[in-house]
Amino acid sequence: MNEKTMLEEDLREQEVDQAECIFCNENIVYEKPDTLLDTPMHYCPGCGHGVAHRLIAEVISELGIQENTIGVAPVGCAVFAYNYLNIDMQEAAHGRASAVATGIKRVMPEKYVFSYQGDGDLAAIGTAETIHTCNRGENILIVFINNAIYGMTGGQMAPTTLPGMKTTTSPFGRDVLTMGNPLKITEIVATLPGVYYCTRTAVNTPANVRRAKKAILKSFEYQKLNKGLCFVEIVSDCPSNWKMNPVQANKWLEENMLPYYPLGDLKVPNEKEN
Amino acid sequence: MAKVKGDILVDIEKCKGCELCRAACPQKSLELSRKINSKGYHYIVRIEDNCTGCTNCALVCPEGIIKVYRMTLNKKEPVATITNVTNDITVTVKS
Ligand code: SF4
Ligand code: SF4
Ligand code: SF4
Repeated sequence: MNEKTMLEEDLREQEVDQAECIFCNENIVYEKPDTLLDTPMHYCPGCGHGVAHRLIAEVISELGIQENTIGVAPVGCAVFAYNYLNIDMQEAAHGRASAVATGIKRVMPEKYVFSYQGDGDLAAIGTAETIHTCNRGENILIVFINNAIYGMTGGQMAPTTLPGMKTTTSPFGRDVLTMGNPLKITEIVATLPGVYYCTRTAVNTPANVRRAKKAILKSFEYQKLNKGLCFVEIVSDCPSNWKMNPVQANKWLEENMLPYYPLGDLKVPNEKEN
Repeated sequence: MAKVKGDILVDIEKCKGCELCRAACPQKSLELSRKINSKGYHYIVRIEDNCTGCTNCALVCPEGIIKVYRMTLNKKEPVATITNVTNDITVTVKS
C-alpha cells in the first residue's frame, strides 16, 4: 500500500522505469521492527520518545525476547507507551514505575523487565523509588528520558531544567539561587553499589541513536546474566515546550543540554571481576 | 567500482513533517512536499536521485516510518549514445 502511495509521486517516475526495481525485500536495509506497532504515535512532531520506543523495540526483536519482556509505562508523555510496544506492559502510578518493575521482576525473575520513565516521573515525584531501586540493585533496566521539562502537563520546570531555561513555572529562567541546580540523577545513581551499568546517551543524531541502541542492548544482555540494575539515560528533546521546531530543538539540545549532561558511560562493569 | 544505489519508502500518512530526516540526510535528498496528508501535515518526499541508502533518515525518524532499501548496481552507467545527438549538425568544408 505504501509502495503505491509513494510511487504516485511523479518525481520518481524515471526510477521505476529501470528494469531492476529496488523495492524488493532483499534490498531492505532498515525498517521498523514488528515489536513496534503500526499505531500512529500521539507524540508531537520530532519528539524523541518515538525514537526511544523504536530502539527498545529493535533490541527486543533482535534478542528475540518479545514473549518474555514486561515493560512498565510511566505517567507523563509516554503514558501510552503500551499502545506502541507489542509486549506486555504495565502502567504505574506517577514516579512508581521502578517500584512496580521491582515487584514484577521479583515475582517473575525469568522475565526481562524494564521501566520507561521521563524526568518529571523519575527525578521528581519518583526520586525515592528510583534511588532505592538502584540501591537495592534490582535486576531491571531503567530507561530515563531526560528532556528537561514536564512535557505532558504543559512545560513546567522539571528538576532537570537547565539554569536560566524558561518554562511556564520559571518564566524568567531557572534561577539556581531559589530553584536549585539541575539534578543529575544519573550521576547520583552511578555512585550506588547496586547499579551495574549506567550510561547517558542521546537521540539527536544518527550516531547517537546507534549508541543509545547499543546501551539498551547491553543492558538487556546484563539483565540476562543477572548482573544488577542497568540505568540508561536518553537525553531527548521536547520541541513543543521548548517552543522550537524539531530541527532547532536538536541543535539546542546539542549546544545546551549536552554540555551540562555529557554523554558517555558513567559506570561500566569491571569485566575482570566476573 | 560497483555503484550503490539507495531509496526510501515513507508511510506518508503517518509522517508529521518534523524534518528531522531532512536535516540528517547527508545527500540532501529529502524535502517537505507541498501536499499534505489526511492529518494536515506536509510529508517528506525524496526530491533528489542521489540516495545512498545510508539509513540516517530512518534512524532519526521518531515515527519509525522510513524503510530504506539499498542495492548494488552492476550495470555500467549508460554513456551518450547516438540517439542523444541532434541531427542538424552541418559540416562546412573549406574550399
Ligand atoms: S510535549 Fe514534549 S515530550 Fe511530550 S510528546 Fe510533545 S514534544 Fe514529546
Ligand atoms: S538513506 Fe541516507 S541518503 Fe537516503 S534519504 Fe535517507 S539519509 Fe538520505
Ligand atoms: S523524520 Fe519521520 S516524521 Fe519526521 S518528517 Fe521525516 S519521515 Fe516525517
